[in-house]
Amino acid sequence: MFHIHCPYCDEYREEEEFHPRGQAHLARPATPDTTTDDEWGGYLFFRDNERGIHHELWVHSVGCRKFFNITRNTATYEIHETYKMGERPSVTAENLPDSQHQSGVQAATSGWQTVGARPESASLNQEEQV
Amino acid sequence: MSNIQEFDCRPDSQQGAESSLHWSYQNQKPRSPGQNPGVQIREHALLGHLTLRGGAIVLDEAVRDVLGTTLPSRPHAINQNDAGTHSIQWISPDEWLVIVPGGEEFSIEAQLRKALGDAHFSIVNVSGGQTVLTLSGEKALEVLMKSTSYDVHPLAFPVGKGVTTTFGKATAIIRRPAEDHWELVIRRSFADYIYRWLLDASAEYGVTTS
Repeated sequence: MFHIHCPYCDEYREEEEFHPRGQAHLARPATPDTTTDDEWGGYLFFRDNERGIHHELWVHSVGCRKFFNITRNTATYEIHETYKMGERPSVTAENLPDSQHQSGVQAATSGWQTVGARPESASLNQEEQV
Repeated sequence: MSNIQEFDCRPDSQQGAESSLHWSYQNQKPRSPGQNPGVQIREHALLGHLTLRGGAIVLDEAVRDVLGTTLPSRPHAINQNDAGTHSIQWISPDEWLVIVPGGEEFSIEAQLRKALGDAHFSIVNVSGGQTVLTLSGEKALEVLMKSTSYDVHPLAFPVGKGVTTTFGKATAIIRRPAEDHWELVIRRSFADYIYRWLLDASAEYGVTTS
C-alpha cells in the first residue's frame, strides 16, 4: 500500500482512502461555439497514456473529499509530489533529471516492448514476411 | 438573514425517538463481563449534528459568537467550549462538523444563519444521519488499532484531534476529545455494522455496553 500525502489534510494517508480520477490539467475549450468536432473529441475522449511522468487527478474520498493532483511515474509507481487544485506541478517530465526520468522505463529495443519477454533468438522477433 | 426556509425536524416529544443503533440493541444482548472490562462502549444518542460549510474567515466570527469557541483552522483540530458540551471539528478546508446537545441544534442553526446574514455558506442538519459512540477503557486503543489503518498512537493522535478515515470496511470519524476516551462519529447506515465490529473486536478484552 502507498502512503499518499493529501495537500489539504497535510499528512500522509493510506492509499485505500483515495481514488484516482484520470488525467489532470484538462482544459475545456474556451470558445465552445467555434470549437471543431475534432477538438471536442480530443477534450472529451482522448487521454495521454504516458510511460513515465504523468500528472493525475485524485480524490481523497474517505477524508476531506477534496480533489488534488499527483505527479506519478507510471512505470515505477513512484509518487513525485502531490499539489492542490489550481497549482502547477514542480516536477514535470521536462525538468526531471534524465537519470530519474529513465529509471524504470524500459527502452524499447528490437520491437519488443513487453518487460521480461525478450526472445531467446532474435530471429523469432522478426515479423513474418507474407 | 438568509432567504432559507428552516424547519425543526426534531419532534416536540422525544417519545418514540430511536437512535441509529436501536435495531442493534434489540439484536445484540447488552455485554457486562463482570469486573475490570478492558473496553467500555457507550452511545451518545440523539445529539444535534450540523454540517457547516463556507470560508473560514466568514464563519469564524459567527461561530465564536454562537458556540463560544473559535473555528478550528488547522486540519483535524477539534475545539470545544469550556463545558465540553459543544464541539466543532475540522472536516475539510471548507467544512466543519458541529456537535451540540440534542434539541439545541435548531436554535443554534437559526442563530448561525442570523449571524452570517447574506454571506456565502451552508448549514445542514445531519442529526438523523449519524450518531456518536464513546470508547473508553485501557484496551480501547487496541480495539482502534485493529479497526483502522490510521495511526492512533498517542504521539500521532494527540488530544483534540479528529480524522475521517476507514473503520473496518466502513468509514467513521475518529475523535479524541479527552485523554481518557475516544469518540466515533458513525453514519446511520454503518451503525449496526460498526457496533457489531466493535463488540467482536473488544470481546477478547472484556466489554461493557451502555
